[in-house]
Amino acid sequence: MGDKENPGGRVGRHPVLDKFTGGREVVIFVDGEPLSAREGEPVAAALYAAGRRVTRYARHTGEPRGPFCMIGLCAECCMTVDGVSNVRTCRIPVREGMRVDTPERSSG
Amino acid sequence: MSLPLEEREMAVVGCGPAGLCAAITAAKTGADVVVLDENDRAGGQLIKQIHRFFGSRRHGAGKRGYEIAGELERESEAAGVEMRLGNTVLGLFPGGEMMVEDRDGVYVLRARAVVVATGASEKGLAFPGWTLPGVMGAGAAQTLVNLHGVLPGRRVLMVGAGNVGLIVSYQLLQAGAEVVGILDVSERVGGYEVHRLRVQREGVPFYLGHRVVQARGRYGVEEVSVEEVGGASRKVFRADAVCLAVGLSPLAELAAMCGCRMVYSRELGGFMPWHDGDMRTDQPGVYVAGDAAGVEEASVAMEEGRMAGLSAAEDLGAMGRKEAERAKDEVRRFLWELRGGPYGEAKRRAKESVHCA
Repeated sequence: MGDKENPGGRVGRHPVLDKFTGGREVVIFVDGEPLSAREGEPVAAALYAAGRRVTRYARHTGEPRGPFCMIGLCAECCMTVDGVSNVRTCRIPVREGMRVDTPERSSG
Repeated sequence: MSLPLEEREMAVVGCGPAGLCAAITAAKTGADVVVLDENDRAGGQLIKQIHRFFGSRRHGAGKRGYEIAGELERESEAAGVEMRLGNTVLGLFPGGEMMVEDRDGVYVLRARAVVVATGASEKGLAFPGWTLPGVMGAGAAQTLVNLHGVLPGRRVLMVGAGNVGLIVSYQLLQAGAEVVGILDVSERVGGYEVHRLRVQREGVPFYLGHRVVQARGRYGVEEVSVEEVGGASRKVFRADAVCLAVGLSPLAELAAMCGCRMVYSRELGGFMPWHDGDMRTDQPGVYVAGDAAGVEEASVAMEEGRMAGLSAAEDLGAMGRKEAERAKDEVRRFLWELRGGPYGEAKRRAKESVHCA
């Protein structure tokens, strides 16, 4: 699955933070494919949890890019969310049924 | 088009340790204080800190960062501070006018005193492949792991053996990731001994005097090659994440935007607004505190926040000069203590050169 092959995943047991409750499990659509996520978590975190690190491809070189700062500064995680382009996925919380698209794939 | 305008006595931008302490201190003198932060939770970076802090009781020694954040939040509520989360300050203009964006749109807020406590951002490190997915700031990894319960990778290479690199490495281990190594171009570990021992006890190897040559992978990092500085020895790691813990820079564009003179200090992370020991900038009514005023530790940020809060309260007339001076003397004593030791002393000297710049 190319850009979706890589690990990451969710933290299981944790000695300090006994469990990550998070929001309820919902489905979002990433490039049209259903992906299970937790309501309220940043979209970028949901993507990483599913093993997907690529958020966009550099315009001129086509190189893959992914979340870098996770606090809304670097813009590497920008994707098209519900038709709105250039949304920082590290800042936008997951909502049920959300459509998240890789920029090139959504244009045209 | 005219935007809705709100007038307040004092506004604090950023509700991390510095901003919260500034707000609490000023509100306790009777000032009307609103705190603005783009995040949905109060506490700034403290909410990602799951290790116990050391130092003095005044700075939360023995408590975990997120517990300190909770306490400061409760304290500010009790002091009557209005907390406005999810509010992004887009611009700060001379005269204390700021443009703020919330869920409903944009509004203008004018305050007679503005404290810029906007924190810091992580520095990057350029090497071939550093733009590959999987290469990220150590703080970004910390955000993923401790806030969202998501691993940045299963096999992580940490670049930088300062406190951030050591602490985040240990937290990645706690979350179940493997740290394949901690690399630093320096020959010595920059972070505290207690943090170094923790990761070393877990068997994490250190590669001191090493640098990253290249990260490779198709859709993200798959392997990283490193080499000894000036030496022949090379090593290739299989890794799916590279965390960069190579320092922080003050994040103070808002201060620069409203005309504050900016000064540079390598020791304190880069450019920051010029300020005096009372955290006043050269713009009347604009104060700065915490990492935005030069990167140091959370305890220093708290004291600088208190100092900024006192100066603002004094300038607003909520506090008499004598009373303010007495309270400031106490803060000065704590700051002096916090900047003790060889590490703190370098910071103190850097800070003094900023005051004189």
